[in-house]
Amino acid sequence: MTDPLLEAKIPPGPIAGKWDEHKFAVKLVNPANRRKFKIVVVGSGLAGASAAATLGELGYEVTMITFHDSPRRAHSIAAQGGINAAKNYRNDGDSIYRLFYDTVKGGDYRSREANVYRLAQLSVNIIDQCVAQGVPFAREYGGLLDNRSFGGAQVSRTFYARGQTGQQLLLGAYQALMRQVHLGNVRLYPRTEMLDLVVHEGRAVGVVTRDLITGDVTSHAGHAVVLATGGYGNVFYLSTNAKNSNVTAIWRAHRRGALMANPCYTQIHPTCIPASDDFQSKLTLMSESLRNDGRIWVPQRPGDERPADQIPENDRDYFLERRYPAFGNLVPRDVASRAAKREVDAEHGVGPLRNGVYLDFSEPISRLGRDVIEERYGNLFQMYERITGEDPYVVPMRIYPAVHYTMGGLWVDYNLMSTIPGLYVLGEANFSDHGANRLGASALMQGLADGYYVLPATISDYLAPLLGTDPCPTDHQVFADAEAEVGERVRALLSAKGTHSVDHFHRELGKILWEDCGMERSEASLEKALAEIPALREEFHKNVRVLGDGESLNQSLEKAGRVADFLEFGELMCRDALHREESCGGHFRVEHQTEDGEALRDDEHFAYVAAWEYTGDDANPRLHREPLEFEAAHLAQRSYK
Amino acid sequence: MHVTLEVWRQPGPDTAGRFVTYPVDDVSPDMSFLELFDVLNEQLIKAGDEPIAFDHDCREGICGSCSMMINGRAHGPERGTATCQLHMRKFSDGAHITVEPWRAAAFPVIKDLCVDRAAFDRIIEAGGYITAPTGGARDANEILVPKSAADAAMDAAACIGCGACVAACPNGAAQLFTSAKIQHLNLLPQGQPERWERVINMVDEMERWFGSCTNHGECEAACPKDISLDFIALMNRDYVKAQFKQRRLAGQRR
Repeated sequence: MTDPLLEAKIPPGPIAGKWDEHKFAVKLVNPANRRKFKIVVVGSGLAGASAAATLGELGYEVTMITFHDSPRRAHSIAAQGGINAAKNYRNDGDSIYRLFYDTVKGGDYRSREANVYRLAQLSVNIIDQCVAQGVPFAREYGGLLDNRSFGGAQVSRTFYARGQTGQQLLLGAYQALMRQVHLGNVRLYPRTEMLDLVVHEGRAVGVVTRDLITGDVTSHAGHAVVLATGGYGNVFYLSTNAKNSNVTAIWRAHRRGALMANPCYTQIHPTCIPASDDFQSKLTLMSESLRNDGRIWVPQRPGDERPADQIPENDRDYFLERRYPAFGNLVPRDVASRAAKREVDAEHGVGPLRNGVYLDFSEPISRLGRDVIEERYGNLFQMYERITGEDPYVVPMRIYPAVHYTMGGLWVDYNLMSTIPGLYVLGEANFSDHGANRLGASALMQGLADGYYVLPATISDYLAPLLGTDPCPTDHQVFADAEAEVGERVRALLSAKGTHSVDHFHRELGKILWEDCGMERSEASLEKALAEIPALREEFHKNVRVLGDGESLNQSLEKAGRVADFLEFGELMCRDALHREESCGGHFRVEHQTEDGEALRDDEHFAYVAAWEYTGDDANPRLHREPLEFEAAHLAQRSYK
Repeated sequence: MHVTLEVWRQPGPDTAGRFVTYPVDDVSPDMSFLELFDVLNEQLIKAGDEPIAFDHDCREGICGSCSMMINGRAHGPERGTATCQLHMRKFSDGAHITVEPWRAAAFPVIKDLCVDRAAFDRIIEAGGYITAPTGGARDANEILVPKSAADAAMDAAACIGCGACVAACPNGAAQLFTSAKIQHLNLLPQGQPERWERVINMVDEMERWFGSCTNHGECEAACPKDISLDFIALMNRDYVKAQFKQRRLAGQRR
C-alpha cells in the first residue's frame, strides 16, 4: 500500500509515453506571468546551474545561492570520464530502452522505473543542448562525435571531452547561467551558504543563508525552493568529493520535514589512488574510462613483493577478467570495488602499504602505441604521476576503491518535488534515478536532465495555482525565527572553546563509517557505529575548538557547521543500512551474499524505497516505504559473467 | 623533512597584513602543499592561534580554487601544476618557502591567502557564452566540428579560472584567461554568429578590471593547464577584425 506521504505521481500508461503524457497533464504558467514568480536555487553544479539558467530563460525571477566564489567551481567540475546518451551513433545496438534497462539493472533494481526511463529519453537531448552551447566533446576526423565505453554496458554510448567532461559540461551550464545573470533574470549570491530551509504553512518559502565573508545571516524568499546541493560522500571524511561538499542543505531540509531516502546507498568507486598516510586529506579518483584499456590484476601469490615488471604473466591474476568473462574489466563499480577489496583482504594487495591492485596499461601501450593512450588518458596519467611520483606509462597504476557518490538523498516524486510542497531537489541531492548503484557517466546525465529539462517542465504545475500571491516576506516571523536559530547554532559552535579541531572529529566519524558502514556492513558493525556516533557527536559539541569570530571569513566555523550535520546524518545512514536486511548494489550486508560472494537481494521484502522522517533529536526516525514496481524491466539477479 | 614557511597573514580586506614565520617538522615528501597547510593549521589550532585561511576545494587541480604565490611564483615551482597538485617532494629538506596570496589589483585580498576573483565572472557575463537557450538544439551530429578545431577549442577550454596568469603578470593583466575563454568559443562553428560581438564585449570588460598586456609571457609559464600564449594572438586578431566587422554590421542595422 502506498504511504500517503510518498505519492510518487508516476503518470499512467506505457512507460515510453509517460513523460510526454505528463508534460501535457501539468499546469503551465504563461510567459508573461513567469516573471511574477520567484525561485530560489541553491547550488551551482550541473543540476543547479542548468536549472537556474533554464528557469531564467523561461522568464522566472531566479535567486542563485552558492558557497563557492564562482558558480563554476562546484564539484561537478571534477567529473572526468563522460556522459551517457542513447544516441546509438556507434550502430552497436543502443537504444533508449537499452540505456534504461542498463541503468535499472546497474542500480540493482532499487530505482524508480519511470524516472529512469525519462532519464534515458532526455539523455539524447542533453548531448544536443551541450553541443549547441559549444561543449568541445571529442570528435572523429570527419567531425562527428566520438564515444567510449563505460562500466555496466556493452555498448559505446559515453560522450567525453578528454578527461574533463564534467568541467566542460559545467562550464556550458555556468556560461548559460552567467548570460542570465547579465540579462538580470538570475541574481547571483556567491560565497553564501544555505544554513536552513524555511517552511511556512506546510510549504517551502525560502532559505536562511550566511554570507561567508561578513558572517551576515539573512533570508531569501521565493515561491519555490530548489536544492541542487550535491551528495554527502564527505560524511566518510576521506572521499573523492571536493573538500567543501557537505550534507547541510539537505539535512536541514530533512529536519524541516523532507523525507530522506535510502541514505545507506553509497557508491565506492573502484579506481582511486590508494591512501598514503594519516595526513591524507582526500582521495583522488582515476576515471572509470581507464578500465576501457587498462587491465586490473594482482600477484597470484599472497604477499608477493616483486615489482610489477618482474612478475611474469603466469603469476598474475586478472581477477575481473577471470570472474566476469563477459564484462571483464568493465563490470559495474560496486562489483569491481568488492572484488578488489577481496583481493586486498586476502593479502594480494600491492604498493608500499599493500592496499591497492594494479591497473596495467602495458598491453594496450604495446598494441596501440603510447601516443594513442596518451591522447585518451594523458591528463589522468599526468595527475597520477603528480600524486604518486610514479610514471604509469612504465609502472602499472595502483588503485583502490574509495567513496565517490551517494545514490541516496531527499525523497522526490516524479516532478522532483520533495515531501515538502514547493521544495524541489535535483541531481545527486535527490535519490531518484540510480537505485542502489550508479553506472559510470550517469551522474552528469542525471544532473543535466533534472536541471535543463525535468524541473523546468514540472515546476509550473506547482506555481500556476500560486499566481497572484507574493512570496512570504523575509521580515515575517517564520524567517526571523529561523534566522535566530541559525545565529544560535553559529554562536554555540564558537563558544564551545574545547580542545580538538573540527577535522579531528570529522576524521573520527569517517573512520567509524568506513569501517562499519563502508564497502561491507553487518548487523554487528552497524550496531557498533550506532553506539559510537552519538557519543562522538556529544563530544564534538562539548569539546570542539573553533577559533576566530562569526563576523568575518572563518573556514573552521564553516566546517564545524557541516561536520555537526554529518554527525547527525551518519547515524541515519547506519540506521538505514541496519534496517535493509539484504545486499543490493553499493549496500553489501555480509549476512546476505550468494555462495560466490555476490550481493543477494531480497525482492520479496525490500523492493522499496526507504524514506525516513525526522521526528526530533531524541526520537528515532520513522520509516516510510515506497514500493517499487517493475513492469518494463523485469526483476532478475544481476549477472555480469 | 623540515620546512620553514613565511606566510602572509591579513585579518581582513581593510587591515594591514604581514609575514609570519612558521616552522613545520615531520613533513612527508608525499604530502601535497595544501596538506602541509592542513597540518600547520592543526598545529595552530592546538596552540590557540587562528588557522590560515586559503581557498581550496577539489584538490585535483580542476576547480581552480587554490591560489598561492609560492616563493614568488603562482602555484609554485612545478610547471603546469596547481597548488593542490604540488607535492612536497618538489622541495628540499630545510627549504624556506614564502607563501602569499595572488597579487593583483583586480583580486583584492579577503583574508590571509583568499582573494576575490569575481572580476572573472564579470568577463564571462559580458559575452563568454553561446546563446543557445535550452530546448532549441538540433541533433548533435548535424554540426560537424573538424577534429583540429575541437582539439584547439578544448585546449583553450581547459582553463580552470584560477587567476595564476593575472597573479604572475607584472601588469596584472588577464589576457590569457580572457583569450582562452573567447577562443574556446570562437574556434567552434557554434561560436561563429556571436564571434565579433563576443571578443569586443569581453575584451572591453576585461580592460575595466585588469592591467594591460605587454607580452611578458609570464602568464603562460604560470598556467597550471599550460594554456598557450597563441590564444592571446588569436584574440587580438579577432579584436582587430571585429572592429571592421562590427562597423559593417552596425551600418546594416541602421
